[in-house]
Amino acid sequence: MSERLALKGVHTHIGRYHILQGVDFDAPAGKTTMLLGRNGAGKTTCLRTIMGLWRASRGEILLGAKPLHGLAASEVARASVGYVPETMAIFSDLTVKENLILGAREKPLDDIRLAWIFGFFPALKKFWLSRAGSLSGGQKQMVAIARAIVEPRSLLLIDEPTKGLAPAIVGGLIECLLEIKRTGVTIVLVEQNFRVAREVGDFARVMDNGRVIHEGDMAELAADAELQTHLLGLSLEAHQ
Amino acid sequence: MTALDSGAALPKTRTEILPALTPLLIALAAFPFIGSVSTFATLTLNSLAMGMMIFTMASGLTLTFGMMDVLNFGHGAFIALGAYVATLVFVPMANWSQADSWPLNLAVFATALVASIVVVGALGFVFERLLVKPVYGQHLKQILVTIGGAIVIEQLLAAAFGPAQIPLQLPASFRGSIAFGDAEVERFRLLATGIGLAVFVGQLLVLNRTKIGLLIRAGVENREMVEALGYRIDRLFVGVFMAGAALAGLGGVLWGLYRGQVQPSMGGEPLVLVFIVVIIGGLGSVGGCFVGAILVALINNYAGFLEPKLALVANILPMLVVLLWRPRGLYPVGGR
Repeated sequence: MSERLALKGVHTHIGRYHILQGVDFDAPAGKTTMLLGRNGAGKTTCLRTIMGLWRASRGEILLGAKPLHGLAASEVARASVGYVPETMAIFSDLTVKENLILGAREKPLDDIRLAWIFGFFPALKKFWLSRAGSLSGGQKQMVAIARAIVEPRSLLLIDEPTKGLAPAIVGGLIECLLEIKRTGVTIVLVEQNFRVAREVGDFARVMDNGRVIHEGDMAELAADAELQTHLLGLSLEAHQ
Repeated sequence: MTALDSGAALPKTRTEILPALTPLLIALAAFPFIGSVSTFATLTLNSLAMGMMIFTMASGLTLTFGMMDVLNFGHGAFIALGAYVATLVFVPMANWSQADSWPLNLAVFATALVASIVVVGALGFVFERLLVKPVYGQHLKQILVTIGGAIVIEQLLAAAFGPAQIPLQLPASFRGSIAFGDAEVERFRLLATGIGLAVFVGQLLVLNRTKIGLLIRAGVENREMVEALGYRIDRLFVGVFMAGAALAGLGGVLWGLYRGQVQPSMGGEPLVLVFIVVIIGGLGSVGGCFVGAILVALINNYAGFLEPKLALVANILPMLVVLLWRPRGLYPVGGR
């Protein structure tokens, strides 16, 4: 069952750097919320803080009614949160199957769920017993996403899934994200590619200097070139 | 729904066979200099035994080093403690140990191995919780703390048993040698080789056939992601550290019996070789550690025979050459 995610006044310090400076936003249940912003705005830090990989020094993070702040990453994951990091972080010495086994934790792999995943990631079936490290960049991204959704989750945190991928692959990935979205899971998606954001996102949260500076519908932001330029410094047309 | 293109076929994965062949190449290169077939065979078989002892001591360290990123300079103290625990078993069971009976001798030996594994593994738990856990990610502090821990353990051994050497006699049946043609190999070395091989096979089975092994392999590559998938990495860490300590204890029994005596600082002697093997093999790579241990032992023994003055350089030289050839070790673990 999907849950609403809410961040209230979240601060994160990394060493002596004050990265998140009071982040407030919510991601409605069952919807896809785009986290946008310039490089260095704090998007990745925000996802890592939600995931418990960096501790929030102040503020609240709630998934439904369950507080996530203060939990270790393993506990956040067990609260039904799936995470696809920017680096993909697949286990390259393990096979595709072994990567997904780890994603399923104690449960055995569900054949029906796997068939659904293979439906939009057929390469994973083809290379099921191959070392994940030998896959192409796009295929590695498929492993990273499949590992996060191999079991149903309440919340998915996905960090720049299209980074470094060829435009042809990005098109396919959009279809996959839409398919995952149709399951009704709450998704927070960090993306620099505005085309992906426009096609997948329901809501937009724009970050700058460690704060959310804009909240609204993704469609509204996509339709307002002036607002895009103001918030992101670039217009949608430049990112087609 | 449009399926994401499956993409091109995978590039052919090159089978990395050359690193595994390096011990063989070294042996072939050394043969003309040694000359005598029987001497060469004796040296080579003895090297295998020494290599397996080093592997047993190093294999635990490579996992803690590779997975936990912990520089444990206390590993030598675990080796020494393992040997002392064996002594504590051997002394009261001297009648069985020195009896002319294989079963009784083996019973004492097996008891010593199990006792060392249990005691040193338990010490590993305390060591990790007390000393290592507070300094995760801080290499300089790890070095200082683990060296300090090793000194404390050595001094406790010296206080309990005295600083002098204590004899640790081989069980009666393990003495003497077996002839393979003209080559003579000590029985104990054959036993040590068998134990080292069993440890290697056991580790490969655990790492490749069990869920815990899967987690360890994943943890060596990316601890953070293992945790982000919902696994308690700290529990895994302490388990791996205990296993590493237990293996050091097991290696300590073999090392103590090989030396014929124990003393508190004895763990420091093989520690340099152990670190060299871990680095040569590739951090976290059990297979690399296995090949590296044989390689180091072969070079050590050949150099010791041909030019004893070069023995010290012979320890460092293989590391230098291997790292120039493969900077991440013979069999680097992906993602590191």
